[in-house]
Amino acid sequence: MSAYSISAPTTRSKWVAGILVVTYAIITMIPLIWIILTAFKSPADAISYPPKVVFDPTLEGYVNLFTTRTRISPEALAALPEPDTWYDRIVRQYDMVIAGPSKFGERFVNSVIIGFGSTFLSVFLGTLAAYAFSRFRIPLADDLLFFILSTRMMPPIAVAIPIFLMYRQLGLSDTHLGMILLYTAVNISLAVWLLKGFIDEIPREYEEAALIDGYTRFQAFYKVVLPQAATGIASTAIFCLIFAWNEYAFAVLLTSANAQTAPPFIPTIIGVGGLDWPAVAAGATLFLLPVMIFTVALRNHLLRGITFGAGRK
Amino acid sequence: MAEVALSSVTKRFGMTTAVSDMKLTIEDGAFVVLLGPTGAGKITTLRLIAGLETPDAGSVAIGGRDMAGLTPAQRDVAMVFQQYSLYPHMTVRENLEFPLKSPILRTPQAEIDRRVGEVAEVLRIPHKLDNKATALSGGEMQRVSIGRALVRDPAVFLMDEPLSSLDAKLRSDLRVELKRIHSDLAATLLYVTHDQVEAMTMASKIGVLHDGRLAQVGTPREVYENPASAYVAARSGSPRINLLPAGLLGDAPDAARTMGLRPEHIVIGDGTEAAVTRVEHLGDQTRLHLRLRDHDVVTLTDSTIPNAGETVRIAPREPLWFDADGSRL
Repeated sequence: MSAYSISAPTTRSKWVAGILVVTYAIITMIPLIWIILTAFKSPADAISYPPKVVFDPTLEGYVNLFTTRTRISPEALAALPEPDTWYDRIVRQYDMVIAGPSKFGERFVNSVIIGFGSTFLSVFLGTLAAYAFSRFRIPLADDLLFFILSTRMMPPIAVAIPIFLMYRQLGLSDTHLGMILLYTAVNISLAVWLLKGFIDEIPREYEEAALIDGYTRFQAFYKVVLPQAATGIASTAIFCLIFAWNEYAFAVLLTSANAQTAPPFIPTIIGVGGLDWPAVAAGATLFLLPVMIFTVALRNHLLRGITFGAGRK
Repeated sequence: MAEVALSSVTKRFGMTTAVSDMKLTIEDGAFVVLLGPTGAGKITTLRLIAGLETPDAGSVAIGGRDMAGLTPAQRDVAMVFQQYSLYPHMTVRENLEFPLKSPILRTPQAEIDRRVGEVAEVLRIPHKLDNKATALSGGEMQRVSIGRALVRDPAVFLMDEPLSSLDAKLRSDLRVELKRIHSDLAATLLYVTHDQVEAMTMASKIGVLHDGRLAQVGTPREVYENPASAYVAARSGSPRINLLPAGLLGDAPDAARTMGLRPEHIVIGDGTEAAVTRVEHLGDQTRLHLRLRDHDVVTLTDSTIPNAGETVRIAPREPLWFDADGSRL
């Protein structure tokens, strides 16, 4: 059921509300828009003062993000054959040639593997645990739930040193598996608590009906509970992904050559060939995309309260 | 269809005993109604038969086979719930198909289509089959939920107050419909309700429950005319039976403490004086509320209709006598 105000909104109040919402949206979006714009600026435009809102867009930032470049002497440059691609041409304006691809692609793929991997694992384990806590009589259930929550009672980075030593012993340092396990461990308490709330809301009668209709407990869970928990699972997945995707401190500490994710990598771009803000902005822009796509893709699940209305109270 | 037998079944939840030493046989093809107030153990009895609860003592047998250790799916029972009756994420058709598609039945699709079509016809919902379950009215939802039981051919149908949330008109329609379905299918049916009208109109046998115990089992007529205790007598009949001190209207048997007088068993015209406090005209009957020596008495009249404030003379006819424990003499 939705709530309705007693009097219908007037045209004027709709306009006022609309303007307020749009203004607020624009203000919160300014940093984002600025990053997206900076990614298309030349390095000179990016640091000019006063800041340029109108500028000649260039893909320099993206080219620098994906490549490593070497400076060569003008004579050597003149001796080279004409550049045959648009990105070669951009690089040669600065007396440089492309030496090879940068690590950004690799780091981005690491972020995808670790972010989505740990999100899947957190939500998978969280759903099973939440279902058990919600439906079965478990000895010391409340204490267990409190224990699970207690892992959130300090900043995760407080245990950085023990984890660093432990991971070195176990050979999990700088591995995808290590990072997936670590982010899952941090996210699982959130997942269990959020999902338990959602599953508690689903009346047991549906499962009991499915049991009587000839299904096993697991099939009832799969066919009746899961579809109704979809909203909760989707929102939990988004929260887990956002944490794992953005996490910086552990990634700096525990990853380097092999499993480094994008967050610790992006700042290092600055050091290659001067303060290359457009390349950093380009990296940040691309880094935003997966979470945005994921959130938009699950948007319908977030908004649709599919369990409402079928049972009468 | 099969016989269901409960032998000395007891179920406790913590300190409370929900069902106590229950012995009940539901014969093959019978329509048994368990009648009792909230907390009497009706629903626990249903759940014990369905396998949703495990008895602490005693056993449940369906079709002569002991059900101990069998899951609800293995028991071949169909159950209609009072509420949360339909899977909200499925269409009406998917809801009706769901039991047939279970791994236990694995019905072929052609057979599923035929059965679903038939049931939809019986319940007058064929035009709603492809609606979302959530898009139905309360009455339609409950019909579909009964339909989900009917598509199968189970050993026994269990119904937990399936009509209680419906409006009066729909309820009386569905009462007739259920009774017809029962005789068409020759189904064994156990129906739980607190509504004595449902019990009296549909049951081939009524079991009256009192605090987890069976107070009496019998045909609706037996339960009404020959109640085993004051409790049973008070659970049937509308208006309710008048329970009065034994000697209030003349002689009583020695052991009797309470006299039970059905409203229609009070003769007006002769006997003890009583003041008329209120007159209710219901159309088909007229109820008189009387004050008789500090006791309230309700009776029916058809011939002489006095006004409130007048005095009438009343006499008992065929009173029921109960002893100090409330048991029938």
